[in-house]
Amino acid sequence: MRRLSYLKNGETLKLDEEACVGCGACVEVCPHGVFEIEGGKARVRDRGLCMECGACARNCPASALSVSVGVGCAAAIIMGKLTGKAPSCDCGSKGSACCG
Amino acid sequence: MDFAAAKDARLMVRGRGGDLRPALAGYRELEPRPEYVVGYARSGSRTIPIVSTTLSRKDRLGALKVRWGFGRDGYAVAPGLYAVGAPDPLSPVLVTANYKLSFDSLRRELVGLDAWILVLDTKGVNVWCAAGKGSFGTAELLDKIARTRLAEIVSHNALILPQLGATGVSAPEIARSSRFRVAWGPVRAADIPAYLASGMKKDQRMRNVEFALADRMRIAPVELVHAWPFAAAAAGLSALAALPPGPGWLGRFAWTAAALLGSIAAGALAFPALLPVLPSRAFSVKGAFLGAAWSIACAAGAVLAGGAGWAYGAALVLASTPIASFIAMKFTGSSTFTSQPGAQMEVERGIVPMIASASAGLALGAASRLLGW
Repeated sequence: MRRLSYLKNGETLKLDEEACVGCGACVEVCPHGVFEIEGGKARVRDRGLCMECGACARNCPASALSVSVGVGCAAAIIMGKLTGKAPSCDCGSKGSACCG
Repeated sequence: MDFAAAKDARLMVRGRGGDLRPALAGYRELEPRPEYVVGYARSGSRTIPIVSTTLSRKDRLGALKVRWGFGRDGYAVAPGLYAVGAPDPLSPVLVTANYKLSFDSLRRELVGLDAWILVLDTKGVNVWCAAGKGSFGTAELLDKIARTRLAEIVSHNALILPQLGATGVSAPEIARSSRFRVAWGPVRAADIPAYLASGMKKDQRMRNVEFALADRMRIAPVELVHAWPFAAAAAGLSALAALPPGPGWLGRFAWTAAALLGSIAAGALAFPALLPVLPSRAFSVKGAFLGAAWSIACAAGAVLAGGAGWAYGAALVLASTPIASFIAMKFTGSSTFTSQPGAQMEVERGIVPMIASASAGLALGAASRLLGW
């Protein structure tokens, strides 16, 4: 299936190739196939597929990855703007289809 | 949802001090016995519930209800340790969330297998969302490893976690803080038998989150149900715009309602169905195309067949298009591939044109109705 892409995806994803130990944890946890291992190092194969979930950064044993994690949810962003808080998934468990 | 506020009293047990606390499965019989518990595995002083791998009518009905957005609060199972089949100390440990839909979709895939299921307390939220919030997280996993005394149950050190839990659980930290090692299982529970049979090998297909037609339509009902305030407002507005009462009322009501209500359906149903083929990467723009296409058709009908003026037709298009656009934009929350900066850009660029278009539509509609139809 063609992989779906979105606006501004993957812009905050940073990979420090010096620090990378090539363990492949990022390849293992990424739900969108953003990474590949090439020559014993991780490489960003397609940044546009990255939804910035943060799974790779949390599981990189060498702390070679960083990404600004957020919620890609327009309703959360609108609520955040209205309430002055950071956008979050806590729109009430009845708020949307997201957590079902 | 706070656990203390969970409506399902079966999840609570009374502590020694008389306080209510969430039940922890894996020590005693659950009371009353949930119908998915088919027996108990005894191990020393432990009484571990064995769960069925077949979903009952009640399970399927419950799934249908929550898919339509009803009764999702408290749709949870007690966290703790469960068994499938007749597991022994060498059997695999599968970790999941305590949202009943997550728990059910795991156990139904374990037909004929012997395994342990470790259920984390995610407050009744599914794995991916809970991992994003942190409740399916490193601390919670360490807590349940300790509180279920998992090390006394299994002799190996592998925990199989759903891959989507990786946003909340740090495998390196689990390795540092316990004797267990995290193995990232497949994204979909359906791939677990193949994953186990192959000696825990995963191919790229098992790693990728898809957002196929079936996935998109599975979440459409909830969005449709949650669009009811729009639908009520649209119906009310259509009735108002069709005034005065009389022989022409029904015709005027029907054209207006078709445009407005149809745009809700365009945003909530046609949008998820057609998402990959609609132009633009912005959900709001994709939705606007659908809303415009539908409302132009309705406006043309109202003008050519219903005798409305061109101004009223234009008002229908201006008022309807942003409805589909907004509902489509809200879908970012249920999609599997949208980042926050992108969604932020959509909101910041989209909201003002939407409000402007809707207001212009209302004003033009009201003005043209005051002057005629």
